[in-house]
Amino acid sequence: MANRAITFREIEGKGGFYALLAGCGVFLLLGAYAYFQMEHHGHVITGMDNQIVWGMPHVIALFLIVAASGALNVASIASVFGKSIYKPLAPLSALLALALMAGGLTVLMLDLGRSDRMIIAATHFNFKSVFALNVFLYTGFFAIVGAYLWFMMERRMNRWTTAAGVAAFIWRLTLTTGTGSVFGFLVAREAYQSAVLAPLFIVLSFAYGTALFLLTLAAASALGRLSLGAAVVQRLKNLLATFVAGALYLVVVFHLTNIYFTRNHGVEQFILLDGGIITGVFWVGQILIGSLLPLLLLLLPGRPEAALSRILTACVAVVIGGLAQMYVTIIGGQAWPLDLFPGYAARSSFFDGEIHAYAPSLVETLLGLGGFAIAAVIVIIALKVLRLLPEKLDDATLDPQQAKCTAS
Amino acid sequence: MSESEQSGRRAFLGATAAAAAAGLGFVALAPGMQLIKFAEAKAGMAGASSKVRWGMLIDTTRCATGCTDCVTACATENAIDPGSGRPGQSSQWIRKIELKEQSTGREISLPMMCQHCADPPCVDVCPTGASFKRADGIVLVDRHTCIGCRYCMMACPYKARSFVHETLTQQNPEVPRGKGCVESCTLCVQRVDKGQEPACVEACSKGDHTAMLFGDLNNPTSEIARRIATTASSQVRADLRLDPGVRYQGI
Repeated sequence: MANRAITFREIEGKGGFYALLAGCGVFLLLGAYAYFQMEHHGHVITGMDNQIVWGMPHVIALFLIVAASGALNVASIASVFGKSIYKPLAPLSALLALALMAGGLTVLMLDLGRSDRMIIAATHFNFKSVFALNVFLYTGFFAIVGAYLWFMMERRMNRWTTAAGVAAFIWRLTLTTGTGSVFGFLVAREAYQSAVLAPLFIVLSFAYGTALFLLTLAAASALGRLSLGAAVVQRLKNLLATFVAGALYLVVVFHLTNIYFTRNHGVEQFILLDGGIITGVFWVGQILIGSLLPLLLLLLPGRPEAALSRILTACVAVVIGGLAQMYVTIIGGQAWPLDLFPGYAARSSFFDGEIHAYAPSLVETLLGLGGFAIAAVIVIIALKVLRLLPEKLDDATLDPQQAKCTAS
Repeated sequence: MSESEQSGRRAFLGATAAAAAAGLGFVALAPGMQLIKFAEAKAGMAGASSKVRWGMLIDTTRCATGCTDCVTACATENAIDPGSGRPGQSSQWIRKIELKEQSTGREISLPMMCQHCADPPCVDVCPTGASFKRADGIVLVDRHTCIGCRYCMMACPYKARSFVHETLTQQNPEVPRGKGCVESCTLCVQRVDKGQEPACVEACSKGDHTAMLFGDLNNPTSEIARRIATTASSQVRADLRLDPGVRYQGI
């Protein structure tokens, strides 16, 4: 097979490499500073309260965790579905998945009220809790994807790659179902009462992960001074467009099914029409920037030389839209008050019957951005010390057969 | 040194080592043994029985609009102060809700707190098992295993739980609380275990409202069981089938 001839190598990494590493390092330090502030003062210095109990750290952490599962797309398509063009990119895909998961989980853990009690979370389990199941799904993800990466990179273990790839594929679908179910199982929250949440999260993960993979691939090829083949980018572009369209479809289905039930009209009206900032984030962030703009950028025909920058712009839009989606789901769902007494208007000192406001503070936002920094630093260092990328990323190397056909 | 002297020396050293080991073992184990003794003594005094199910019946027709005696009594008993933060961040174990029926305009005032469900969603979702239900139906949070993930607050349909956002001072030693943990009404478990009523119920009686009745739902001869058996009462969000231990009359 042609792929056996491909040589993998570390990137050389000169000036730009260290500048990027330093830039991410600054965010890492700011994240650490934010964590120690929150640890010392408590959540009193955040915008979270007893009404909005999960804030910006959850928005970013869940985005990263969902994206981690999707970042494995390229590796899965290579190992599970046997597409040889993606095989040279599979190690980077697996590493990105691990890095994003590490970033997301770190933020999630550091936002705990008692982050010093991690050992309890690792030793005391209530197996009825989706959270406890997720502890196993997340740690299992590290083990399985870690082994998968090792099998791909160690020639003696290559024969186990497909088996590990299939295991990782099944595992990550289960993991995203688990993440979606964190919300799906909340009986009293009107915004979350839908079985569509789990499949929606899976398709969202495909879109976020592919977008972040494309951005990482472009950055890595720039750092390594490798020219990126147009064919593989085109394929990933089509894949991303399909995922964005699929996610948009499920978002529409989710809201339409909610609207069908009269009891949910209030919360749907809040999210879609008169929720102020939440409605704005939904329409502008999630739908316009996160769905329609990328579809337009990815699907409209244009000059090929402008293609890469247009695709990367679409990827950035998908990431912004993903964060908006998480904001609407997590914050919007909590902002809508619980209806303890249907048919009654309620008021109390504890904000019953009121729409809850939330303004994220700087510290919690920095903590969340620290998660992105962790993922970025892991990828940047790994590119320098591990043989993750092929020597060349041009079409002739990645897809020799296709290149031959085109040439002839 | 002769052989017999040597063997005598060995025996002496052996005996000394054995004595030292026994002594060390005693020193190491004794505090633990003592603790077990204390624990056993306490268990005998305060063990919760599954034969009992503590509950409350609230007569909303007797609950006065604007009266917050129950809230004040709870804050005093459990040392809950409003804190220095924003009101949204302070703990509220019990609150008064003022209701207005949308179709008729009828007004109702009632106290709302942890409903001590038989099937509590907070216990279901807690990853570490820190949220738990005692044998006698009181739903509590184990301060030592709560990691502050706040999933229980997302799951509780009654908005009964609060997260401690900042360092606390002036605590009641019988009611341990702490920054970074989730907490809620304990039904004044420290009083119930001594045979007393929860502070809110006592305050309501003292204020001559007698809107709150506390007792054993499982005991057919208790006043609460008799009242529930003879008068119409309802559960808040009965559609969720959580079987709360707190019932309401007049809604």
